[in-house]
Amino acid sequence: MEEEFKPKIVGFLCNWCSYAGADLAGVSRLKYPSTILPVRVMCSSRVDPLHIITALLKGADGVLIAGCHPGDCHYQKGNYHTRRRFALLKRVLENLGFDADRMRLSWVSASEGRRFAKVVGEFTEKIKELGPNPCREEHFL
Amino acid sequence: MSKVFKLDESVEKSVKKLLTFLLNKGRIRGALVLQKTDGNSAVAYSLITDADALASACPLCPLMPSNAASVLSRLTLQESLPEPLAVVLRPCELRGFIELVKHGQGSLDKFLFISSVCGGVYPLKMVQVDGSVGEKLPQYWDAVKRAEIAPEIRPTCRACERFVPLGADMTVATMGESGLETKCTIFLNTDKAMGFIEGMEGKLAEEKLETEAIQQHKQKRKAEKNKLYDEIGLEKYGLSGMIDMFGKCIGCHGCSQVCPICYCEVCTFESRDLEPKPAEFERDLNKKRAIRVPPDTLFYHLGRLIHVAISCVGCGSCTDVCPVDIPVSSIFLKVRESVQELFDYVPGMDPEEAVPITKFETEELVEFED
Repeated sequence: MEEEFKPKIVGFLCNWCSYAGADLAGVSRLKYPSTILPVRVMCSSRVDPLHIITALLKGADGVLIAGCHPGDCHYQKGNYHTRRRFALLKRVLENLGFDADRMRLSWVSASEGRRFAKVVGEFTEKIKELGPNPCREEHFL
Repeated sequence: MSKVFKLDESVEKSVKKLLTFLLNKGRIRGALVLQKTDGNSAVAYSLITDADALASACPLCPLMPSNAASVLSRLTLQESLPEPLAVVLRPCELRGFIELVKHGQGSLDKFLFISSVCGGVYPLKMVQVDGSVGEKLPQYWDAVKRAEIAPEIRPTCRACERFVPLGADMTVATMGESGLETKCTIFLNTDKAMGFIEGMEGKLAEEKLETEAIQQHKQKRKAEKNKLYDEIGLEKYGLSGMIDMFGKCIGCHGCSQVCPICYCEVCTFESRDLEPKPAEFERDLNKKRAIRVPPDTLFYHLGRLIHVAISCVGCGSCTDVCPVDIPVSSIFLKVRESVQELFDYVPGMDPEEAVPITKFETEELVEFED
């Protein structure tokens, strides 16, 4: 019997909002797929596009970047920079014919445990549709 | 209509005459121009302070031995120029330098930028391999005169739509100028330019820079660009296409060395800190059973695309130097256009405009959020 594909998603979560949101989802005992490997960053703008590329080339099936809602950044404007960088990276990958849908940017506040669970659930479904990341099998990276 | 200065000699001679005048009058400390390095066709940028040394200069030679943007950045990285310097450079080189200055890698002070409507340049390999550029010059200038795309110029140049300089003090008219062996028209775009030529022998007049011939030539370049898009077929690449294209990369990093935009002193991709440890090879091998060594070829090229795309001026130096003939700049072409369009940005156009990645709007790009 073929094993069901269980995606591996690297989740970069900002310390002030999204990581707390994920924590809240946990203490609220909300159910969401155990597909996400959280990486806590002090701000979503700490995520260098190269981090995302690295995760994808090393075989992550998806990369989630989550931060405070626009206007609510702990550092005032970090997430606005995140959004520009994310848009730039996504454009580059789209133009090269990569599955740019393997990356997702979402805003999750510290009080949005429910939203965090929903985001992870949705993204997992999306990645299941896309299937495993072809980089997993590729020798010549 | 713009102010022009008219001279009665060939385009190349007129530019030299202008530089000689400026040097002799002491209005510039020196000139940075292409100069022949041998009897053949090799050229290099030189700083010239003596008018006699201009004899072997070839300011409009259709070659780009190195991108002048990098040269000027190195001249002004530590301090801005103490005295005025005239530079004859191509539109993409000037855009590249302005872009570098925006990144804090130089200063525009005291430069007199002399650029020309650019007919493109020949691949550098033509000089290194067979030295045949000299023989091709007559057909090059003939094509420029007729506002045609010169045969054998680099694909990047064929597909370049920004061949009219932005930000130059003086612009030498070439495209569609039927008499360029006997006369020369130089557009004076700034008051500074007016001041510099004061007292020089020649005729002041008014003319239109963007002539019909230039408009038509733009259409031709656009058609060539679309052809190049189809030829490269980037959107079909995906992972396997990228590996086919970049798999032959020997990792010399020449493309980043010559890139005017790749200016970082400490480059992520040169860092020894990122060398994989044995345990990392082990981990990958356990999953894949075979891996390329050294790894991260694709990582390097993707990384460079991400870093450079927004500011890429399309000078084509990367393709010129690639020893294994990867059409790097043709791959960059569509990516950079798409990214620059996203942020409505033309690199090197306005020295005052911040690079998009350093600023933001509070309401924008919501389509990228989920």
